[in-house]
Amino acid sequence: MGISNLIFLLLLIVTVVLFVQRVKFIRGNILLGKPLDLSDNPSARWKKMFRVAMGQSKMTVRPISGLLHIFVYLGFVIINLEMLEIVLDGLLGTHRLFSQMIGGYYKSFINVFETLALLVFVSCLVFLVRRNVIKLKRFWSKEMTSWPRSDANIILIVECFLMAAFLTMNAADGALQMANVEDLGKFMLEHYSGVEMAGSGFLISSFIAPILPTDFESLALIERICWWFHISGVLAFLVYVTYSKHLHIFLAFPNTYYSKLQPKGQLNNLASVKKEVELMMNPSADPYATPPPSELEDELPSFGAKEVTDLSWKQLMDSYSCTECGRCTSVCPANLTGKILSPRKVMMDTRDRLEEYSAGKSTNGRDFDDGKKLLGDYITSEELWACTSCNACTDACPILIDPLSIIVDLRRSLVMEDSAAPTELNGMFSNIENNGAPWQFAQADRLNWKDE
Amino acid sequence: MADLQIRTMADMIAVGDKPEVLFWVGCAGSFDDRAKKITKAFSKILNKANVKFAVLGTEEGCTGDPAKRSGNEFLFQMQAIMNIQVMNAYEVTKIVTTCPHCFNTLKNEYPELGGNYEVMHHTQFIQTLLSEKKISIEGGIFKGKKITFHDPCYLGRANDVYEAPREILEKLDAELIEMKRCKAKGLCCGAGGGQMFKEAEKGNKEVNIERTEEALGTDAEIIAVGCPFCNTMLTDGVKSFNKEKEVRVYDLAELVEQAAEL
Repeated sequence: MGISNLIFLLLLIVTVVLFVQRVKFIRGNILLGKPLDLSDNPSARWKKMFRVAMGQSKMTVRPISGLLHIFVYLGFVIINLEMLEIVLDGLLGTHRLFSQMIGGYYKSFINVFETLALLVFVSCLVFLVRRNVIKLKRFWSKEMTSWPRSDANIILIVECFLMAAFLTMNAADGALQMANVEDLGKFMLEHYSGVEMAGSGFLISSFIAPILPTDFESLALIERICWWFHISGVLAFLVYVTYSKHLHIFLAFPNTYYSKLQPKGQLNNLASVKKEVELMMNPSADPYATPPPSELEDELPSFGAKEVTDLSWKQLMDSYSCTECGRCTSVCPANLTGKILSPRKVMMDTRDRLEEYSAGKSTNGRDFDDGKKLLGDYITSEELWACTSCNACTDACPILIDPLSIIVDLRRSLVMEDSAAPTELNGMFSNIENNGAPWQFAQADRLNWKDE
Repeated sequence: MADLQIRTMADMIAVGDKPEVLFWVGCAGSFDDRAKKITKAFSKILNKANVKFAVLGTEEGCTGDPAKRSGNEFLFQMQAIMNIQVMNAYEVTKIVTTCPHCFNTLKNEYPELGGNYEVMHHTQFIQTLLSEKKISIEGGIFKGKKITFHDPCYLGRANDVYEAPREILEKLDAELIEMKRCKAKGLCCGAGGGQMFKEAEKGNKEVNIERTEEALGTDAEIIAVGCPFCNTMLTDGVKSFNKEKEVRVYDLAELVEQAAEL
């Protein structure tokens, strides 16, 4: 084992440790949410995950970004096969380990990877242009402050560099692979052989080869630099992802799996309310009776959500899964007509508050209180009251995030905990309570239409 | 209107009779002057098709939908329990309603609270009547007329019902012109989630204006709707463009009523 293998091993270990730490932190944050049993109907859930996450069915609703995204997605998944070889090479000190195993097929595989790499490169360039030159509206709305915009650009630029390095590495290596083994031996470079090249370079990178130097030593140096740049870039990216909006590359799968199976229009019936209503509607119930000891130990029931911890773990997972693509906001009727509500901001606020809350908890202990809440300090009532509950946002999300459920839970808290509904809505409530209709008409007149 | 045959559940039970289906009229359908016309139109269709139906009349109360969407879960569940008690006492099994909000709530949110019914939207019901040839509207007055259809959120996206209303339009021989934002991409009229009962939050446009603009952009003579609230919002929208003479907003039940000359 040489020194480079040791460096590689160290790099790998550091990456894994950092990555695992972040994953644990994020998992812990998600589990700060309220329990919710979503273990039902696994077959429907798998199907949905296959269709929406693996099959990208929602992405293609917008054909241009959808197609480009499929290139990047396929590139990411398939080029990762090549990552396995790169990691093994790095650890074992081999060169293109798989070429010895699959012989003549090897070049074909690399050609496929290279095609995808080119598509990823081009797609990311187009994505950068859409964001920074064309300035598509949804990437420049209010909640897209400098960090979310930079976050997206960093990811795209890094992706471009990684693909460029991958192709340049192959270009240099392809040129070496085609050389005579004896000639390579003169420079102690005979390990750059063994791939059956059949007289031509790799499919895409052979077009880069002509601009590279031709002497073996320079080619080998370029190959090594690109190899190290590529692998350390990938490892750095892996850690970066856990700090960025880019977590969807992992979370899209569980997030679609655990997404809502019921019709979109169905809101959950609050269990805490159900209990109270049952008590109210039960003529033989004694409101002053001491509840059984099992209930006394329970926390006081809360109605709706004020803080991230009042939301379910799934709603918190939603917030970590959000890629800030803004498809939700771009179809939101409230947002389209100039209201400040943005479903994307609801998700970003939830995640930001969750990270802040849990960081505060871990440094200041369990009784941490920074005087802030998700409701009010992050998401204001003006935003919440602009929602028409039309489900355009939930339909638009490529990974089935549900901003509406958070909006409704926050509204519930405003209404049931704080009695802070807009005056007109309070009027509507009392009409329903008093005469069974949202307007002030007598219940006794309900059938008058028949004879009018 | 003397020939309108409307019986209540109480009437029916009193004479030992039972309806095939309960017509859930809803608050808008009972009290809103514009929506009452839809209620009557649908009643006429049911009469014409000899459907044995009943209404709850004074025993019906708000499903609780606007309260629930506005965050008042208490009020919603109170309403739900009361309605469920009434309907279960009458052994209701099948409900049809002209309001997509009632439809959604009755169909999706009542079962967990003890109310299990087969729930249909009136466009689905009419479509069944048409396909069973219980009513006939072919070759009627809407032949070739340009009509656009506004998908109600609570029928379309919320419950994936897109075809029933369109099949009715097809049977009317009308020329359906879709708006760019239709079906799953349909734009809200602005009334849902309790907005019907409050002023809109601060913005630069009303949602119903945005939607009406799009509907008017199709050059259709009629904007067909399937929800009393969408009806109000789009009617107001058309008025604000001073187009109420050229463009009419009708519920599908009213179109069928006119086509079948009821």
